[in-house]
Amino acid sequence: MKAKVLLSLILLCGSLAAPVARAGDAAPAAPAACELPSYLLTSESRLLKVADALKAGKPLDILVIGSRSTTIPSSESSSYPARMEAILKEKLPASEVVHVSVEIQSKRTAEEAASTFVKLIEAKTPTLVVWQTGTVDAIRSIDPDEFRSAVTEGVVALQKAGADVVLMNLQYSPRTETMISAQPFLDNMRVVAQEHDIPLFDRFAIMRQWNDQGQFDLFSPSRGPELAKQVHDCLGRALAQFVIDAAHLEPAQQQN
Amino acid sequence: MTIADQVTGQTIVGTAGAKPAGSKPRAAAPAITLPAIGERELRLDLFRGLALWLIFIDHLPASLLTWFTIRNYGFSDATEIFIFISGYTAAFVYGRAMLESGVLIATARILRRVWQIYVAHVFLFTIFLAEISYVATRFENPLYTEEMGILDFLKQPDITIVQALLLRFRPVNMDVLPLYIVLMLALPLILWSMKWRPDFTLGLSVALYVVTWEYDLYLSAYPNGFWAFNPFAWQLLFVFGAWCALGGARRMSRILASPVTMWISIAYLAAAFCVTLTWYVPQLSHFMPKRIEQWMYPIDKTDLDVLRFTHFLALAALTVRFLPRDWPGLKSRWLRPLILCGQHSLEIFCLGVFLAFAGHFILAEVSGGAAMHALISLSGVLIMWGVAWVISWYKRVADKSGAKTKNAVGNADLAGGG
Repeated sequence: MKAKVLLSLILLCGSLAAPVARAGDAAPAAPAACELPSYLLTSESRLLKVADALKAGKPLDILVIGSRSTTIPSSESSSYPARMEAILKEKLPASEVVHVSVEIQSKRTAEEAASTFVKLIEAKTPTLVVWQTGTVDAIRSIDPDEFRSAVTEGVVALQKAGADVVLMNLQYSPRTETMISAQPFLDNMRVVAQEHDIPLFDRFAIMRQWNDQGQFDLFSPSRGPELAKQVHDCLGRALAQFVIDAAHLEPAQQQN
Repeated sequence: MTIADQVTGQTIVGTAGAKPAGSKPRAAAPAITLPAIGERELRLDLFRGLALWLIFIDHLPASLLTWFTIRNYGFSDATEIFIFISGYTAAFVYGRAMLESGVLIATARILRRVWQIYVAHVFLFTIFLAEISYVATRFENPLYTEEMGILDFLKQPDITIVQALLLRFRPVNMDVLPLYIVLMLALPLILWSMKWRPDFTLGLSVALYVVTWEYDLYLSAYPNGFWAFNPFAWQLLFVFGAWCALGGARRMSRILASPVTMWISIAYLAAAFCVTLTWYVPQLSHFMPKRIEQWMYPIDKTDLDVLRFTHFLALAALTVRFLPRDWPGLKSRWLRPLILCGQHSLEIFCLGVFLAFAGHFILAEVSGGAAMHALISLSGVLIMWGVAWVISWYKRVADKSGAKTKNAVGNADLAGGG
């Protein structure tokens, strides 16, 4: 119920903010297209460090560790980390400093990415790490057991370094469904999230929902960046909402 | 009539086992038995046909029809049915050949069947190559630049094609046939061992399964990774099927007939259903105790998770109990399409894989609506039925003149075999 209220809230501010945003950074999407059932935007696991930072008025430093699907080629500012930053700034009190940085580990498996985490966190000391992984492993059909231990290792390293963690799984990609077997990787990420009590942002289910409901045609062969921009805008909104929800922020702590 | 009689038909004692103990002392103890010739076990055909349809529907993108497939109601899916029945019928056909014509002849026949499956696999691979090459040249959505990395192997067609011929490069949805090839290659050994000690052979199979889990045995694939169906684990279903065909089912009849088995099966299936329900209605997942979740997940398909295997056993136990061998419905024309498909499993399986590729293609190129989806699924099933009918027409009519003398027992297709 609460999530529903939040969702309608975010949609409301989204539609209010849209004309402004359009003038500012040319966000193309009509937020109605981003609509999602609330269960996809909620998690039982909590982001305690994010909640603490916000309560204490400390800046919220978010690090997105991802692969190529974290970005849109040649339009960085429309990718989902940038959109999430914009939405969080809208949603949170104006005094709150939100900073999102992105670390792209292109063509690296979870294992290869996880091995860089200790150094990475030392350098950036984020409050929250959004780790998007699985695609490269699925493409290379890494042994799911090895994948699971690699993700576990990475999550543990991030938590030890003092950051909250959100796991983000693969994109729903209907065109490559006959070529990439995503299921074992989706399953194993869910398992790791459960074992370590961290929120899993189910990008796969979310994008499939959009495709099935007809909000986006993900089969589209279009070469233009428009579709990618719209999908990333919605992903950024959903992720911002997801983070706010998992941090259990009281409405008073939100701006609108 | 006992339950096992319902499974295996009227059993006759196998020729080798029936000989007086003096001439073959070793074979005397657990004699293997074979069903009578002539009477076709329609239930096997029925369920194999059903498995083929379900595999086809599962290979298409999810749609309304997907909700009719059994994987949404429990742990196991159509693959288990397919492999079990394949083991059953292969042992049925070639086990008889081994008893009547000897190990050499039976092995030769099995190898011929393996060759047929291999050729079918290569044929499917060619179609797959054509499909993805098309996608690679046409599809450049910037949203999916990363996923397109899967097409990198097209840059090295020489290596890729050789690896495909070696069964090491296998695209998604093309995993079942290589598994089947490996299992059939092992069949002479399995049958030969079953001939003198069926239970011991089954024990070996269980042991291999356990060792696979304990020491993580697997077959590697190209360019990296592993076989999506681990043959060292999945052999358990195949050997179990063979064991049932060679008299195991008859010996299990008391267990199968017992109400305890029935209630355990029902309870297990109900529990599995509740668990799967939480996958599809995520709101319910709060009701799942965390402990159980941590113990149970992931339910591994690659290595045939014990939960999947037992789920299949429970399904099979109930099926055998409630669907008698002489159920008149088996002869009804409503079930005829399924039975026909089950009788030509290799051809229809390949056709199903091809139709799934084609269905994907149409959904991507023409339109992706729900109506289109339903139309594709439906016409796919109709095409499978039509082709099965044509094949059986060939067998009945077109080939008849030349092959009158052909021994029915040696014909793998006739028994739905191999």
